[in-house]
Amino acid sequence: MEGKHHIQKEVMMLKEKDKIFKNLYGFEDWSLKGAMQRGVWSNTKEIIEKGSDFIVEEIKSSQLRGRGGAGFPAGLKWSFMPKDSGKPHYLVVNADESEPGTCKDREIMRNDPHLLLEGCLVAGFAMHANACYIYIRGEYYSEASNLQKAIDEAYANNLIGKNACGSNWDYDIYLHRGAGAYICGEETALLESLEGKKGQPRLKPPFPAGAGLYGCPTTVTNVETIAVAPTIIRKGASWFNSLGRENNTGTKIFSISGHVNNPCNVEEEMGIGLKELIETHAGGVIGGWDNLLAVIPGGASVPLIPKSICDTVKMDFDSLKEVQSGLGTAAVIVMNKSTDIVDAICRLSHFYKHESCGQCTPCREGTGWMFRMMEKMVKGDAKVNDIDKLLDVTKQIEGHTICALGDAAAWPIQGLMRHFRPEVERRIKEYRISEVA
Amino acid sequence: MKHPGMTNKVYNISNDVFNWSEDNFNRASEIIKKYPNSRQQSAVIPLLDLAQRQNSGWLSKTAIEKVAETLSMSYIRVLEVATFYSMFNLEPVGENFVQICRTTPCWLRGSDKLTKVAKEVSNSKLGETSTDNKFTIVEVECLGACCNAPMVQINDDYYEDLDEDNFRKILIDLKNNKSINKGSQIGRQTSHPKRGNDA
Repeated sequence: MEGKHHIQKEVMMLKEKDKIFKNLYGFEDWSLKGAMQRGVWSNTKEIIEKGSDFIVEEIKSSQLRGRGGAGFPAGLKWSFMPKDSGKPHYLVVNADESEPGTCKDREIMRNDPHLLLEGCLVAGFAMHANACYIYIRGEYYSEASNLQKAIDEAYANNLIGKNACGSNWDYDIYLHRGAGAYICGEETALLESLEGKKGQPRLKPPFPAGAGLYGCPTTVTNVETIAVAPTIIRKGASWFNSLGRENNTGTKIFSISGHVNNPCNVEEEMGIGLKELIETHAGGVIGGWDNLLAVIPGGASVPLIPKSICDTVKMDFDSLKEVQSGLGTAAVIVMNKSTDIVDAICRLSHFYKHESCGQCTPCREGTGWMFRMMEKMVKGDAKVNDIDKLLDVTKQIEGHTICALGDAAAWPIQGLMRHFRPEVERRIKEYRISEVA
Repeated sequence: MKHPGMTNKVYNISNDVFNWSEDNFNRASEIIKKYPNSRQQSAVIPLLDLAQRQNSGWLSKTAIEKVAETLSMSYIRVLEVATFYSMFNLEPVGENFVQICRTTPCWLRGSDKLTKVAKEVSNSKLGETSTDNKFTIVEVECLGACCNAPMVQINDDYYEDLDEDNFRKILIDLKNNKSINKGSQIGRQTSHPKRGNDA
């Protein structure tokens, strides 16, 4: 039975009944009425009555991993919140979706905002929080507008507020719009920003679970992670972890962009083959699979993988880690053979230069230096040993900054050189020949 | 990358006065209530946004001072927030603030061509306001609508699935004060894979 089940998984698309995001594209009504028809808010009171320990344990055993990029086990993170600290507790939802390639949380917030709000209540209750801030990126104006309307509906129907859902738990949800800073997707920078300061990451420890927003116990979590929680509790951890594989369970929204015929967001089972994902849902690579050059499989911060790896790799945390990349936010950026691959990565270097908050010297100075060097690499106006110098600088930035932006700036370049160094060297040689001529 | 949101200089107009409109004063009071007592500094970003909306899309020195006064913050604390976040423009902008996404997913699908079109139609350089005050064109980093690339944000709204032709039409319509449809320009339902109206 086990084996048969496994074979079926290899070839079948995620079944409609196993989808958590039933209105991902907004064909149906996103408001409370529509959401209730889809089963959102149906028995929230019962879920809460099961108690916070039950909820945290169920999320733990579902093996849900954070959907914001790092893939940290969600239940474990929630369990870090103290039971009785004597201070207010906060749930802060990270809706500052800014990782290039990623546009999944946007669809949740504009097309199924109640799924997120119900998750806020369930997760917040499990963390002993009575208040939740949703920090949404400032550019998502119409998404914020839908979400605010949904919050107003939830208050008007006593789903949140005093005695939320009749559960005897008071719960407030506030929407807070950011103002255009990628760094505020980093949890402690987000908290600084929410406190009305520049979004510069804090040193850890203390971790937010000990001292977060306003110095109080806080958990910062991605939109998708929170939005899937009530469905997991309803259907059971065993349902969720029957999808995907050990430690890489459940479903995931993949954002497929770049050189595919039909770019799209799609909810699929974790561990789906990359090729299958692109061909089944995104209409295939423009020019056919053999026209594929490389894929960035998890948002701009993860190293690219060349076609030879794309042929067989599976889309989950551990499979992509094995090929020295990562699932990240599951934003799949597809590049076919028409791509100037060096320029594609150079653009990302520009992004990190632009978004560095300037707090740590290796990142502030390094991202600018790497971008300028990458610009030279695009033209070939460099020496072959500059490649090693550049790689050396990426290593000096990586791990030497307060937050992971430095690492994120380093990895795309490392990935490029790992797989496309001959192309970079070719440009350098050609440029030198053209200079001589 | 020239951008009115990326300057650290405060643009000063002599005799400029900024006072909250009655509506915005009430909105500001509502916003401040979202945060705990004594934590009203949290409202600085929303209030700067409100001030910018009232002030035709940019923050003057007096607008920043008003936010500081409203939140009992020192001017420098508000200024450093206004300069840190790219959505706060510290120089006047045109009627249509056009932000073209230049990051890799949009670039792979032709964002460079959109920039060319925008420069042509507005007859202005990146980061500058056109002489008719209709446009300020800027290139920005990822706006998070990558499955609908290439895309552009004009004031509050996203325009998606663009190409040179439909983007040119949008800009010309804006120039002629015609209304335009936001979202996908090829009739696609959000980020559904099917293109066109057959979704």
